Amino acid sequence: MNTATGSSDLRIRIRQNAGLLTAIAVFLVFYIFYNANHPRGFSNAVLIQNSNEVFTLAMVAMAQTVPVLLGGLDLSVGAIMTLVNTLASHVMNGSPLQMLGGALLCLATGALCGFFNGCVVVFGRIQPIIATLATGAIFIGIALFLRPSPGGDVDGDLSWAATNDLLEVAATYGFAEGGEAAWFQPIAWIPVPLLILIAMGALVWLPYARSVTGRTVYAIGSGEGAAYMSGLNIERAKISAFTMGGFFAGVGGLYLALQTSSGNADIPQAGAYTLNSIAAVVIGGTSLLGGAGGAIGSIFGALVLRTISFNFRIFEFDPLLQPLFEGVVLLTAVSLGALRVLRVRNTLELFR
Amino acid sequence: MTDAVRNSAGESRFGLGPEDKPILVASGFVLVILAIGTAYTLVTQGSATLLSPTYLLQQLQVGAFLGIVAAGMMLVILLGHIDLSVPWTLAAAAMMATAVGGGAAIPVGLAVGLLVGLVNGFGVAYLRIPSMIFTLGVNAVMRGLMVAHTGGFAPQTAATDLMQWLAVGKVLGVPAALLVWAAISVGVVLLLNRTATGRYIYAIGNKEAAAYLAGAPTRRVIITAFALCGMAAGLAGTLLAGYSTKAYQGMGDAYLLPAIAAVVIGGTHILGGKGRYLGTLIGVILIVLLNSVLSIMQMPEAGRQVIYGGVIILMLLVYGRGQKVTQ
Repeated sequence: MNTATGSSDLRIRIRQNAGLLTAIAVFLVFYIFYNANHPRGFSNAVLIQNSNEVFTLAMVAMAQTVPVLLGGLDLSVGAIMTLVNTLASHVMNGSPLQMLGGALLCLATGALCGFFNGCVVVFGRIQPIIATLATGAIFIGIALFLRPSPGGDVDGDLSWAATNDLLEVAATYGFAEGGEAAWFQPIAWIPVPLLILIAMGALVWLPYARSVTGRTVYAIGSGEGAAYMSGLNIERAKISAFTMGGFFAGVGGLYLALQTSSGNADIPQAGAYTLNSIAAVVIGGTSLLGGAGGAIGSIFGALVLRTISFNFRIFEFDPLLQPLFEGVVLLTAVSLGALRVLRVRNTLELFR
Repeated sequence: MTDAVRNSAGESRFGLGPEDKPILVASGFVLVILAIGTAYTLVTQGSATLLSPTYLLQQLQVGAFLGIVAAGMMLVILLGHIDLSVPWTLAAAAMMATAVGGGAAIPVGLAVGLLVGLVNGFGVAYLRIPSMIFTLGVNAVMRGLMVAHTGGFAPQTAATDLMQWLAVGKVLGVPAALLVWAAISVGVVLLLNRTATGRYIYAIGNKEAAAYLAGAPTRRVIITAFALCGMAAGLAGTLLAGYSTKAYQGMGDAYLLPAIAAVVIGGTHILGGKGRYLGTLIGVILIVLLNSVLSIMQMPEAGRQVIYGGVIILMLLVYGRGQKVTQ
């Protein structure tokens, strides 16, 4: 009896997380394939490089997830990321205390931008997609004001430490005997971006998603009227969702500044990040209609997108055909959702 | 409440319907922009450049490309969908048109747009994939195709004489591009108000299930709307290539978001079902004039973006507010 309920429980959980599990499986296949064919595959250097390349997109995808769970869309995540990126290129230097303050300022700015989005959506009662289209233009404007041409001054040590493994962090800042201490060895290989990514998922996203406010976000995505009638605080949940989005995008922007040692108010880049974030969210199993999915899936969605590009690098693939291939993969990935149509018996089920 | 009652009670034909308010506010804002711009030129240059017919016609000529894209986009938004593939549909049409050249240039440009639109419509209507993500994927594929075709550079081929004439030529002092835009506009108005397809578009945007049960051929209508949107983008691309004498990478990027903004500023509901073409027309004029006044003022890009975003929010705060969920 007990085992029977246990297995059906597991089956339900698997069905609920089918999107996430598919994304993880696809990622593992592509990534192992990539490493197996890479001349220095399965080495720490490759892992560090890859986690650097994936981090910002993963954060922006997490940022996009929260408004999407509401049933909305945030077209300003790339702009917030860019704004924080340009801000970081001004404040991330000086004494350690100054840098700490600068980092906090960056994160607060990201969250504030998201909060502003939330207020426009909730109190202005404007559709999220069009509200964030407009606020995105404002954020890009401020970013251009902060950094009219690419450049900036980011602390070299911090930049080095943040984009390498923990061994280099210890060596740079001289703790754990410069990273040579015996107790430090089991964790010395972990790339810093990977660590931050896991921390963001486990320490920020999961507690949020399990809080009443986070549950309310899912409830709104499933049915706003029902959520309202259940006495949930809809306004607070919506504002918090956009604020979380802004915060995640801000983390991505701050990291991009550390990674590139500069700030760049690049409008096409902001647009590309926004659009890729939507793709990552969908590949990660979150429904664009809202109410189902999660930010962990989006991390894997971003990993899938990036890993596909990694694979192009190791094969002598015509670089001119790469965008086409990426596009076809993206289109195929999102078209897999169409398999649902084959199961529909009553045409009315198509309209939701 | 009283407003709603009055509107539904027969005054709506001649008085102000709920759909007229955005149009009036947007028109008022166009006048405000013109007034501010004119005051600025009077103070700095001592002339009212902005109000001269030649200048206005020139601005409208440039605005025609955006106007044509927005006309197509409106059909899709009225359905409750969106077409994010416009940038590279536009660029692909321009590149193919210049590559083929000769008399076939313009038909080929339109055919490219039609083809992309049909693919979009198929994905949305039959595969039931959210248009947001499907058209995004199609955009990526079109970009990939064009990078593979051109090698990532601006193609060397030039626009044909006819394309250039349509973009910069004049008929009795009126820019030809403006006439093309006007023809498209008349076509869209007739489609929306005088054909069954047009009424179905509104019906589907309001409630697709209800439209289906009422016997509307929903799939065919959705495909038609996407195909027309693709063709509009293709036409805009062909004209734009004529305007700049050749096609180039990323030529469509600057048209997607302004087109959506123009449609929404004009009072069309982003979730579909509501909106008049006149509003879209005024939305395009508003954005074009705003851009030109800001460039007269030599506003740096940073300020432009902030003002641009601020204006959209402001306009929507005045009339775009949704209903509060209370049940």
